[in-house]
Amino acid sequence: MVNASPMIEVEELSVSYAGKPALDQVTLDVRRNEILAVIGPANSGKTTLLNCINRMIETIPAASVSGTVKVDGHDVAEYRDPSMLRRRIGMVFPLPVGLPMTVYENVAFAPRMAGERDRTVLDESVERCLKQSALWDEVKDRLDDLGTRLSGGQQQRLTIARALSLNPEILCLDEFSIAVDPVTTMKIEEVLKELNKDMTIVMVTNLVLQAKRMADRTALLLNGKLVEVGDNEVIFSRQAADARTFQYVQGLFG
Amino acid sequence: MNASSFATSARTATNRRVESVGKTVLAGVTALLILPLTAILGLLVIRGAPALSLEFLLEAPAAGMTAGGVFPAIVGTLWLVGVSLAVSAPVGIMAGIYLNEYARANWITRMVNLAIVNLAGVPSIVHALFGVGVFVLFLGLGTSILSASLTLAIMTLPVIIASTKEALAAVPMAFREACWTLGATRWQTIRHVVLPNSISGILTGVILQVSRAAGETAPIMFTGAAFYLPFLPQSVQDQCMALSMHLFTVSTQVPNVPEAIPYATALVLLSVVLLVNLLAIAFRTYLRRNRKW
Ligand SMILES: Nc1ncnc2c1ncn2[C@@H]1O[C@H](COP(=O)(O)OP(=O)(O)O)[C@@H](O)[C@H]1O
Ligand SMILES: [Mg+2]
Repeated sequence: MVNASPMIEVEELSVSYAGKPALDQVTLDVRRNEILAVIGPANSGKTTLLNCINRMIETIPAASVSGTVKVDGHDVAEYRDPSMLRRRIGMVFPLPVGLPMTVYENVAFAPRMAGERDRTVLDESVERCLKQSALWDEVKDRLDDLGTRLSGGQQQRLTIARALSLNPEILCLDEFSIAVDPVTTMKIEEVLKELNKDMTIVMVTNLVLQAKRMADRTALLLNGKLVEVGDNEVIFSRQAADARTFQYVQGLFG
Repeated sequence: MNASSFATSARTATNRRVESVGKTVLAGVTALLILPLTAILGLLVIRGAPALSLEFLLEAPAAGMTAGGVFPAIVGTLWLVGVSLAVSAPVGIMAGIYLNEYARANWITRMVNLAIVNLAGVPSIVHALFGVGVFVLFLGLGTSILSASLTLAIMTLPVIIASTKEALAAVPMAFREACWTLGATRWQTIRHVVLPNSISGILTGVILQVSRAAGETAPIMFTGAAFYLPFLPQSVQDQCMALSMHLFTVSTQVPNVPEAIPYATALVLLSVVLLVNLLAIAFRTYLRRNRKW
C-alpha cells in the first residue's frame, strides 16, 4: 500500500537569530517522492528552513526555534542523537565543501562513520554513489586524488555523491547550481530527476526557471513568511493565489 | 590601448620598486635574526671546547663541581621535561579541544579563555611559589621530580591550551558542518577531520614548550632540582639535578670553576633541547604524511 502521509511536515515553524526573526510561522508539507522547490529572494529564510529539517540549526548558537518539524511522521526533536536523523537526510550546500581527503574517502566517509568496515561494501557504495551523481566516468581513475583537486562542477557532484552515500530517503539541496557551470547544472538536474524515482527532494533555488523545470510543487518564501505553496501548474500561472507569487515568478521584483 | 602602455606605466614601475625594496628589507631582518643565534652558538662552542669530551657527557661533577661532567643533570632534565610533558600535553590538548569544539560561547567560557591568556603571562617565579605551596607542601609530594614536573606542567599548560585552540580554530568551520550533515558525531568529526588537519599546529605549540620546560630554573629550584646529587633518580619521588639549574650553579654559586664548564654546560642544554625538538618534529612529520588538504 502506498504511504500517503507527508514525508516532511513543517508546522508553525519560527526561527530567529539573536532575536531577529528569519522564519515566521511557516507551515508546509513535503509529499513522498515529490520534488519541492523553495524559491524566494536572498535572506528570505530558505537556508534556515533546510537547516531545521536536519537540525543543523542547533549548531548555530544564536538561533532559537519554535514549532515542529516531522520527518516520516516523527518529530525531529525526538531524536536523542541528531546524527541519526542526519543520516536519513542528504544535504548539499551552495558551495561544494570537499572534505580534506581523497575522492574515495569523501564518499566512503559517512558509511564509515555509521560503522561500515567491510571494504567490498564500501567499494560498491562509492561506485554506486558516483554513478548516481554522474561523476563515475570522470573520476573512476582518480579515486585516490584529493577531492579538492577536482573542478568546481565535479566537486559539487562529489558532494551529491557523498550526500547519497547513506541511501537517504530525503535529499535537500541549497542553491546547488550557484557555483556550477550550465552544462554541469543540466547534468545534475538529470541526476535529480533520476533520483526522484525513489527519493523525496527539497530543492532551494534562486533560479525561478529551475523550479519550474524541475519541481512538482513550489513554495515561495518572502521575508521569512510562506507566501504560497502549490502545484507548479498553479504557481507558474495566473491562477496563483497571491499576487506576489505571480510578480515574483515573472521577475517583477526581487 | 596597446601592451607596452601597461608595461611602462609609472604605477607598474613604482610597484616593482616597492616589491624589491620590501623583499630586501625582509631578507635583511631575517639575516639579522640569524646573526645573534649563530653568534651565541659559536661562542658556546669556542669557549666550551676545552671542557667538552665524552667524559663530560657521561660523568658526574667532581671536585666540588670544578671538574667532571654533567651526566646526572642531563638525566634529570630529561626526567623533568618528560614527566611535565606527559602531564601537560594530554591535559592541555584535551582542554583546548573542549574549549574550541564543545564549550558554548557564554560568559564562563570567556572567563576561562581570559584566565588562560593571563596565566600564560605569569612569571615563572610565581609558578615556583605556587609549586612549593601546592605540590611540595599542601599535597605533601615533597621536593621531588614529581613536584618540579607538575610545576613545569602548570607553567606550560596555558600556552599548550592556547596554541591547541588556535590550531583547531584554523580548520575551516565548513569541514565540521559537512561532517555533521553526513551524520558524523562531534567526536567523530574531531577525530577524523579536525585533528588530522590541525595536529602539526598543535604539536608545534607543544614543541615550543619543551624548550621552555628544559630551560627554566626558577620553577624547579625550590620544588625538586638539587644543586648536587651523587646518584641518579630512581623514581619521580627522588630529587634530581637539571642542566638549567646546574648552569646557574656553576656560573654563579661555586668558586674556582674553570671558565669552560659553564659554556660547555650551556651547549649541552641547548643540544638536549634541540634533540628533543628534532624528535618531536620527526613525529610531527610522520603524522603529517597522512594529511590530505
Ligand atoms: N548564522 C546566522 N546568524 C545570524 N543571522 C543569520 C544567520 N543565518 C541567517 N541569518 C539571517 O536570517 C535571515 C534568513 O537567512 P537565510 O535562511 O540564509 O536566507 P536565504 O537562504 O533565503 O538567503 C537573513 O536575514 C540572514 O541574515
Ligand atoms: Mg541561502
